[in-house]
Amino acid sequence: MQNNEEINRLKSLVQDLLDESKKQGASSAEAGLSVDNGLSVTARLGEVETIEHHCDQSLGVTVYIGQKKGTASTNDFSNDSIKETVRAACSIASFSSADEYSGLPDKDHLATEFPELDRNFAWNIDAEAAINIAVECEDAARSYHAEINNSEGASVDSHQGISVLGNSLGFLHGYQSTRHSISCSVLGERNGDMQRDYWYSVSRNAEKLEPAKNVGIKAAERTINRLGARSLSTRQCPVLYSAEVASGLIGSLIGAISGGSLYRKSSFLLDALGTQILPEFMHIHEQPHLKMALGSASYDSEGVATAARDIVADGVLQGYVLSSYSARKLGMKTTGNAGGVHNLIVDAGSHDFNAMLKQLDTGLLVTELMGQGVNRVTGDYSRGASGFWVENGQIQYPVEEITIAGNLKDMYKNIVSVGNDVDYRGNVRTGSILIEQMSIAGE
Amino acid sequence: MEMINQVKQSILTPYGMQEKDIDKIMDSMLSAAVDDADIYFQSSHFESWVLEGGIVKEGAHSIEKGAGVRVISGDKTGFAYSDRIELSVLLEAANNVKAIARQGQNAQRQVDVLKKRVSYYQPIDPLKSLADQEKIDLLKKVDVETRKLDQRIEEVIVSLVGVDEKILVANQDGSLAADIRPLTRMSVTVILEDNGKREQGSMGGGARTDYGYFLDQDKALAYGKEAVRQAVVNLDAIEAPAGNMTVVLGPGWPGILLHEAIGHGLEGDFNRKGTSAFSNKVGERVGSELCTVVDDGTLQDRRGSLSIDDEGVPSENTVLIEKGILKGYMQDKLNARLMGVKSTGNGRRESYAHIPMPRMTNTYMLPGSHDPEEIVKSVKKGLYAKNFGGGQVDITSGKFVFSASEAYLIEDGKITRPVKGATLIGNGPEVLTKVSMVGNDLELDAGVGTCGKEGQSVPVGVGQPTIKIDGLTVGGTSV
Repeated sequence: MQNNEEINRLKSLVQDLLDESKKQGASSAEAGLSVDNGLSVTARLGEVETIEHHCDQSLGVTVYIGQKKGTASTNDFSNDSIKETVRAACSIASFSSADEYSGLPDKDHLATEFPELDRNFAWNIDAEAAINIAVECEDAARSYHAEINNSEGASVDSHQGISVLGNSLGFLHGYQSTRHSISCSVLGERNGDMQRDYWYSVSRNAEKLEPAKNVGIKAAERTINRLGARSLSTRQCPVLYSAEVASGLIGSLIGAISGGSLYRKSSFLLDALGTQILPEFMHIHEQPHLKMALGSASYDSEGVATAARDIVADGVLQGYVLSSYSARKLGMKTTGNAGGVHNLIVDAGSHDFNAMLKQLDTGLLVTELMGQGVNRVTGDYSRGASGFWVENGQIQYPVEEITIAGNLKDMYKNIVSVGNDVDYRGNVRTGSILIEQMSIAGE
Repeated sequence: MEMINQVKQSILTPYGMQEKDIDKIMDSMLSAAVDDADIYFQSSHFESWVLEGGIVKEGAHSIEKGAGVRVISGDKTGFAYSDRIELSVLLEAANNVKAIARQGQNAQRQVDVLKKRVSYYQPIDPLKSLADQEKIDLLKKVDVETRKLDQRIEEVIVSLVGVDEKILVANQDGSLAADIRPLTRMSVTVILEDNGKREQGSMGGGARTDYGYFLDQDKALAYGKEAVRQAVVNLDAIEAPAGNMTVVLGPGWPGILLHEAIGHGLEGDFNRKGTSAFSNKVGERVGSELCTVVDDGTLQDRRGSLSIDDEGVPSENTVLIEKGILKGYMQDKLNARLMGVKSTGNGRRESYAHIPMPRMTNTYMLPGSHDPEEIVKSVKKGLYAKNFGGGQVDITSGKFVFSASEAYLIEDGKITRPVKGATLIGNGPEVLTKVSMVGNDLELDAGVGTCGKEGQSVPVGVGQPTIKIDGLTVGGTSV
């Protein structure tokens, strides 16, 4: 159940911000606020370690004086603070330069329909009950195997918040949403080699979380599997990105076709619209209205209606990822992506994880990446990695202290297949991704 | 005392709170059997200005304030915070958090001897150090002058950020500590195009001082010049080599090596829990005799410096590794108490809404005796890395990465061709044992570093002289 009374109270605060902006001379304005309440507990070695009570709020306003823009925010919701925040935004706008592309979205792009997205599932859980779940999760991990000998603990988080957005074109909408998670991280040791891994489950609805026990067991299993890791010699070989790291590859693609990278010409996929950027068998869709999904939204961060669409069809780039501003800079139309994409779905292939390993045959399975070694301008890619060496489709031993490198443009074109072992937890849903060849540097 | 009054007036008075209200909240927390408790008040005033496409097209401004209350019992922490600095709200928060403590008798207030306070930066508000029009004129000047440097420049992005932060910490011992922490940062990014090939370069700097810092000796213009130089170098870069090789790291920012490979693994929390690759290694050799590494929060005006940490403990210059031997860890109060040592003044938090933990300040290696040219000359074949992007570490396995953004081949003792950016990977407890030469050219970074740990960001500094590492894995594509 939505707390409509509270949403209405916060909507009227946003309206106050818009009214105050007009009063102080803004020709148009956009305002938003969010409040979030939450509980986080961590249990370690069988006992509670931390209990945190979260209570955050912030409001922000963007004003336009003609084509001049200023932004200000605060966590103080008092009347005086609202006036002061608007004053600060107007002052900044008065000093900034006119930008012909700036301004609110076109009115006819704004969302007018607000489908129920099932984002709000309050979890009436107190600290004690949350601790019990965390202890259960960690116990399962610690008792999984004798080589699990230490722990960073298990955590249970529950958050509920309200988000409101309005602008001087008459848009004013708010919604309530929740987010709950269970996570666990444990250590193992074998012959002096110490390793750590983790697992988590996240959902808008606590009932849909993986059982705490399973989260713990998965964390322990992953840690045990890493024990005895060694490096590889420097070589070139095929690389299989497990589903949880494959989403990062798709994330880099989205970054490269985002308006900000494109109009700054700081993308390795400039002018790629309508061209083949992935193999023909690949399709990527945006599905903003999936019920209960973490990325779901009926409008973007400036109130523009979101819609389901193809981003890549048959490997060909169908559309960019644009806000009103970047769209105007590029002479295009906004795609409803101010603030990012909403549920990106990479069509799954027919192979499950084991079949993907078979297809990899002999090569590297990557399960973790380290560092930020991606150059968005050139597509040059070089990151630290750990995972497993695979021969004849069978995992042989864990590997670490290696890097994998290539150029994203080539890596995308050399994708051999996408698995059906989809990781549903994040905003990007993809199975594992097999790349024909990359450079591995090691001992 | 003067600063305490100034901060109290700024954080407490406007919301009708007085020092006796702090006592009430503390008394409430101490009514349970707690080992420690604190109340942390903070106000911060932030601004940023961004120039792009030749115009200052936007600016942002933010004011935040709030308070966090914390109770510690054994190794357990109860924590709550609010953006409302009001007695009733904070009393309720205090009541919530003390549930963590064992039931039992009241805790005793221990009165500590008041430590002498030293300031490592001026209590100034950088936002007011230039008029808004002057800030804009500075950005425009950097844009115009930078564009003059090379005809191939396509875009110049200049940003200026300033923070005026005030904190007040009330401790269980009844002491109150305050700090006023200015922070400024400027950065310039350029994008160059040459025959369809694009590259970017970035440079920036900052300090705990006012905006005048960027005008002094034309620092702001020098950032633009350096960003262009890096982009030009990278336009000609060839594929980076792949494999294990001798690596020479230049002075200054490459000290991010120390931050990732050594620093995080020496934070007290990981070592108390035994989750770090450095756990139980105090007194053992973790580096060659040439390596002495410190974490020093007491450097004047540096980005990572703190007069007092976020638990009110004065900053220190802590020796982490002396001539290759591990000497100690960086501690906050909780972990120091549980390990039976003293806090080293490394208890930091991103804001009132976050729990403090041991964090680095300015981490650097002391200089050695070699001339940097001599170091390069000693390498037959290897990599010379001059500039880096970010890094990351797995503190348990000890594996760390950091990504070179400007690097060159060393061939027959000479720096030759530039190579594309590549990630370097190594093992923390091992890497310093392979340091075979240390230069006499210690430099600290320009003041743009931000460190992330468990979702909390804090400003930090790094530094080192030129060093030679006999064997580090370089993640290029040229196999």
